[in-house]
Amino acid sequence: MTTLAKLARLIRSKNAGPFELTFDIMFDDAATYERVRRSGAISREAVAQRYGLPAAEVKFFWCDNALAIKASIPRPYFQGDLLDSDGHGGQQYAPLMDIEIA
Amino acid sequence: MEEIRILAPNGVCGSGFVEASFEKGLCAQPHFIGCDAGSTDPGPSHLGSGEPAFPREAVKRDLRLMMLGARRLKVPLLIGSAGTAGADPHLAWYADIVREIAAAESLSFKLALIHAEQDKTYLKQRLHEGRIKPLHPAPHFDESVIERSAHIVGMMGAEPFMKALNAGADIVIAGRASDTAIFAALPLMRGFPEGMAWHAAKILECGAAAVVNRKTPDCMFAWLRHDHFVVEAPDEELRCTPQSVASHSLYENADPFRLIESSGTLDLTQSHYEAISDRAVKVSGSTFIPAQCYTVKLEGAELAGYQSIVIGSIRDPFIIRQIDDWTARLTDKIHARVHMVYGDRLKPTDYVLNIRIYGKNGTMGPLEPVKEILSHELCLLIEVTAPTQDVASSIAGMARHQALHLPIPEWSGLITALACPYNPAHLDRGAVYRFNINHVVEPDDPYEMFPMELIDIGAKT
Repeated sequence: MTTLAKLARLIRSKNAGPFELTFDIMFDDAATYERVRRSGAISREAVAQRYGLPAAEVKFFWCDNALAIKASIPRPYFQGDLLDSDGHGGQQYAPLMDIEIA
Repeated sequence: MEEIRILAPNGVCGSGFVEASFEKGLCAQPHFIGCDAGSTDPGPSHLGSGEPAFPREAVKRDLRLMMLGARRLKVPLLIGSAGTAGADPHLAWYADIVREIAAAESLSFKLALIHAEQDKTYLKQRLHEGRIKPLHPAPHFDESVIERSAHIVGMMGAEPFMKALNAGADIVIAGRASDTAIFAALPLMRGFPEGMAWHAAKILECGAAAVVNRKTPDCMFAWLRHDHFVVEAPDEELRCTPQSVASHSLYENADPFRLIESSGTLDLTQSHYEAISDRAVKVSGSTFIPAQCYTVKLEGAELAGYQSIVIGSIRDPFIIRQIDDWTARLTDKIHARVHMVYGDRLKPTDYVLNIRIYGKNGTMGPLEPVKEILSHELCLLIEVTAPTQDVASSIAGMARHQALHLPIPEWSGLITALACPYNPAHLDRGAVYRFNINHVVEPDDPYEMFPMELIDIGAKT
């Protein structure tokens, strides 16, 4: 067992416009990307669970060309709203880092 | 025309690029230079206040080199989303810088200014016609939102840029524009296929962001042909790989395969990426699905109020272990104190009191999965947003004092619970804004929302 953070080249979050938040999980090589895919540990449902959302609220993609996984969720508060805490959405990915990968 | 060559100096005008890279790009004989100058990413205050996010001198440095390069080669320079948010104050700010550079460098050219600020009467008419539709997720929208907005811009497509080029513009400074439209306009005018033109534009609009080893903001170059395009960064140390170019479509997009423009959707599901050297990548197979109905995305910002904040920290483990209860009691105390001072002149709904707790969930708020506090100290940010700065400042002053001396059961006697690093302890933040629109308009044509001015700069009188 290892964690997603140990296998990924980059895990990041960012605004996708002021109303959505998007996560990119990127890998250096196809073997690692395939290992993560085969593990079944990452899915729309897994992302939804980490952020306490219904799965239907999560957009989820396997991007073979980019050797990357992408997920997008609605922001809890719109960018820059009074209760928003992360204007660029850049520090929202930590809950993905310790997902265990077989 | 077999090939169109495009130079993108960087991802946002004012962020800088390496002059040697730019010169090398110019040597490859681009047919035009394009540069994005804005985004919603810096936040709603720029659209609301009319203030740009990048310093004037930084913008002037980049713009001067681009203008000199474009005039030397006698090719068009296209800039979109002027001044961050692309409303009229931002466009005027840019036009002023352009004029200043032109005068200093004795340049003469035809300048097109394309406005993206939206007329409120026009928007109300379209709203009544049912031709303003929500995207998802969208805030509530009605006529009062239009009235309240400080600025509303439309995001122009490629067509207004084409109109300016057809009118003979040498330099186009546009208000809010789709980043990609800046780069797709000329290729589309010359009959290049939409799928490849829009995909090349998508890579170029971020400058050198699609390389493996980005060092600083820098230039990107593309050779667009009828069935593919090639991208390569002028700096020979920068490498594009199929993976790095494919990855770029992920950045700041909710969907990595379908990118929505005014005139249709760029579809990357069949895109093919191939290394043609250790630095250049050839892309083919991208397609474009024309929209049934042309739409223009709106962006709006309205005043949320005036803000004051108090920053302070807590080290006492007694307080840390009861922090939720402590902040709840503090909130009640502040509201009570405000009522004591203002009475019925200020209701609790007239102002917003927000206490952020760093060390608990300050960064992620409701998305934070870690519930247990492990830190030996916490930072509190007590934030007040009120109808005037004076009221916000007054309430922040009261909040500071209430927080300082809020008692806890573990100690008897007067305590001082908050360590304040600044004096005065509260900071006035001025006007704060919020984004209030995520909708599209269905216009009669791609031009009606974007009036253009043509100006001869440096012409002999």
